[in-house]
Amino acid sequence: MKKLVVVGNGMAGMACVEQILKHAPQFDITVFGDETHVNYNRILLSSVLAGERSADEITLNPLEWYLRNGIQLRLGVRVVDVSAAEKTVTGDDGSVTPYDTLLLATGSSAFRPPIPGLDKQNVFAFRTLDDTRELLERANPGVKAVVIGGGLLGLEAARGLQVRGCDVTVVHLMSTLMERQLDPDGGNYVTGKMEDLGIRVLLRRSTTAIVGDDRAEGVALEDGEILEADLVVVAAGIRPNVELGHKAGLHVNRGIVVNDWMETSDPDIFAVGECVEHRGICYGLVAPLLEQGKVLAATITGNKGPAYTGTILATKLKIMGVDVFSAGDWSEQHSDPVRFEDRALGIYKKLTIRDGKLIGAILVGDTADSHRYMEWLRTGADLADKRSHLLFPPPASDAGLDIAEMSDGATVCGCVGVSKGAIIQAIHEKGISTLSQLKETTRASTGCGSCTSLCQNILRAVAPDFEEEGKKVLCACVPFSQDNLREILRSQKLKSVQDVLDIYGNGKGCEVCKPALSYMLDMIWCGDHDEDRSARFINDRVHANIQKDGTFSVVPRIRGGVTTPAELRRIADVAEKYQVPMVKITGSQRIDLLGIKKEDLPKVWADLGMPSGQAYTKGVRMVKTCVGTEFCRFGTQDSTSAGIEMERRFEQLFTPHKVKMATVGCPRNCAEATVKDIGLVGQEGGWQVVVGGAAGKSVRKADLLITVETTEAALEAAELFFQYYREQANYLERTYDFVERVGIDKVRKDTVYAPEAAKQGLLDRLQKSKAASRDAWLEGQSPVNPTQFIPLRPIESVPS
Amino acid sequence: MTPDVSKVERWIRVAQCDSIPPREGRAATIGDRQIAIFNLGDRFLAVDNQCPHQSGPLCDGIVAGDAVVCPLHAWKVNLETGAVARPANHQDCIRTYATRVDAGVISIEA
Repeated sequence: MKKLVVVGNGMAGMACVEQILKHAPQFDITVFGDETHVNYNRILLSSVLAGERSADEITLNPLEWYLRNGIQLRLGVRVVDVSAAEKTVTGDDGSVTPYDTLLLATGSSAFRPPIPGLDKQNVFAFRTLDDTRELLERANPGVKAVVIGGGLLGLEAARGLQVRGCDVTVVHLMSTLMERQLDPDGGNYVTGKMEDLGIRVLLRRSTTAIVGDDRAEGVALEDGEILEADLVVVAAGIRPNVELGHKAGLHVNRGIVVNDWMETSDPDIFAVGECVEHRGICYGLVAPLLEQGKVLAATITGNKGPAYTGTILATKLKIMGVDVFSAGDWSEQHSDPVRFEDRALGIYKKLTIRDGKLIGAILVGDTADSHRYMEWLRTGADLADKRSHLLFPPPASDAGLDIAEMSDGATVCGCVGVSKGAIIQAIHEKGISTLSQLKETTRASTGCGSCTSLCQNILRAVAPDFEEEGKKVLCACVPFSQDNLREILRSQKLKSVQDVLDIYGNGKGCEVCKPALSYMLDMIWCGDHDEDRSARFINDRVHANIQKDGTFSVVPRIRGGVTTPAELRRIADVAEKYQVPMVKITGSQRIDLLGIKKEDLPKVWADLGMPSGQAYTKGVRMVKTCVGTEFCRFGTQDSTSAGIEMERRFEQLFTPHKVKMATVGCPRNCAEATVKDIGLVGQEGGWQVVVGGAAGKSVRKADLLITVETTEAALEAAELFFQYYREQANYLERTYDFVERVGIDKVRKDTVYAPEAAKQGLLDRLQKSKAASRDAWLEGQSPVNPTQFIPLRPIESVPS
Repeated sequence: MTPDVSKVERWIRVAQCDSIPPREGRAATIGDRQIAIFNLGDRFLAVDNQCPHQSGPLCDGIVAGDAVVCPLHAWKVNLETGAVARPANHQDCIRTYATRVDAGVISIEA
């Protein structure tokens, strides 16, 4: 086996190694990376900064991948020297490693413009995961941040910081933003968008120094103005890392020069990615790197095939709320421009046409058609018959048509270079039915992610067992999946619904997202959040269930359905005193007082002298019990005491949807535990703990979670499941849908069979929430605001 | 709805501003009308406290921007115009009332 040494553990290097591994094995591979992380998706760093993804989510090759493929991984080691004569590389740890074949994939570094003061504390680049983490740590609400550079990276950093609550100013040397990707009109639209988002944009301004003692305190501009700054991000472009090319004696211009087969001037040294210069161009985007990697893998393994002839540059700006696409040559020299703009909507589109073919495109505000234009650019499609509807295609009669019209050779994923045909083939051959399987098998949509919906449409059209993955957004007000939102709230330490809506949503919210966010905040912060009653449904503002006539129903807590003569007497007295129109025994072994006026609620609760039964909320309802060994001839377990204890442990807590429970003393199941969200089924010598049962619109028999010997063990298993459901289920997802979605095996593995530390974590968080909870009906005596239960009494009266 | 011409409309002082929490509504009985008044943070809006659908108490609804969602069946009513925003294409409209704030007191014209 020959020794292949790869310098650089980034996207270009690893994409190439992935391709090399597809050929017959002939190398012992060693990879050096100066960062301490496995290969991650650098272009998604902006979404980590904005809290849309966690750092783990952007990993491209996990450690197991390196192990599985026998790759020696040397992380945190920077290669400082190459000896082409000795055929060795030297690391900054002093190690000398011999190679037969050397692959340089050293990428590029943030350019540091010659500005005095860049070495001060709190001045950062935005290039690596470590940079991002540093920014995440410091980017807190109210922090004044200045971003130097209004290119792609600078704008992504600016939006990320602004989302985190920083007060952001972008300083740009040129007269319009993103001038390398956009014409002045397009740049002006982007400026407008950024300003609408609350980011200040200064154009034609040159930075002369970072001021402050040890740490940055401000940014001085040429005209004398000093911008106050607690945090400075320098995003003034990137420069290829070519030092090793020089040391190896390679031909180097701006980048390490390679030919169409990615060969350098040394036959044993190859180079790929942002560090290379091909036909005079240094690429800084992901698609070219991956195309190069493919060609290089063929060359390096002795399968020299199609040449790399360059890539049409295409950029998508990955900023929440700012859609920008730019591709090809959009200058108007020697081309016919076709434009559309709508200032009010912030939409600007320009296509450039030469000889009846598309040569460039700019889209701001609406990038839905970018895929079509990219295809025309790649294939050089003749647009003669499309000239009258270049910007507005005739609407497709159904979504499937768009896919059906694509040729098999058409590229779906421009980053990784996967065609429609390859995806369909993989779906059929590997029996793929989900997007994650498709990603894993073909790598499609693992680059910038903009083809995700297209991949999904193909799956929907072609895969016989297509499964939609749980990535549905909560609602249009905050367009993120609930998984994503939980992660955002946690990582961004958000504690109020309005903050979430202001930063991640439309600032308004609605009846769908407000209660969902209220639940998530309460659950995540274990009750230590900013409770906002305006975001709660009326039932949770007045702790009673609204009825069709605007009156309310009152259900006191009767744990396990066991009551006393004194309680019954008080209930009867209340019913008479307030002329309650209906007193009803519920299906849950409780008593419901229906038709009570809102302003009477506090008095009714006080007279009852019983806690809230939470019959109005997405929370713990009750534990239904049978009489068990107390009285029943057949009872094998004391289901009544167990049920009352279970209700005590869970009551007052909120859950994604209502939670109904039951305990039964024998398998005769008199209290119907096997169709409850959580049930304890007594048997000789122990309990079965069952979860995910239903007896509503559909009937589902609960799944067995675990069988245990003692009541305490049964209650603990119930607690583990209960908290797991609270943390993992989507709002308004009942346990039976949740268990079905996740699968009972995974539920077991993550709860009763989880590692001790994980179990303890669940129990601790449950305890913390429980400690912060209180009987909602106490608000009858101390309302959260003076008009919580009573209507306004006009200061002036008007005769009716 | 037809305005009642027998009564002259005038400004009526209803309540202190802080008696309605931000983004919530409260009902007030003015003459023979139940009026729902909402605190939108930067202004107060007032409409009849009756959903055009089945007369649900709009004052108990969740505020969504400048609309309120009825707590009974989630009809959405625009608080500026009184028009039904959901379900779509519904012609029903409820009465709106002008509001103003003087020295921390909300008045409505009714």
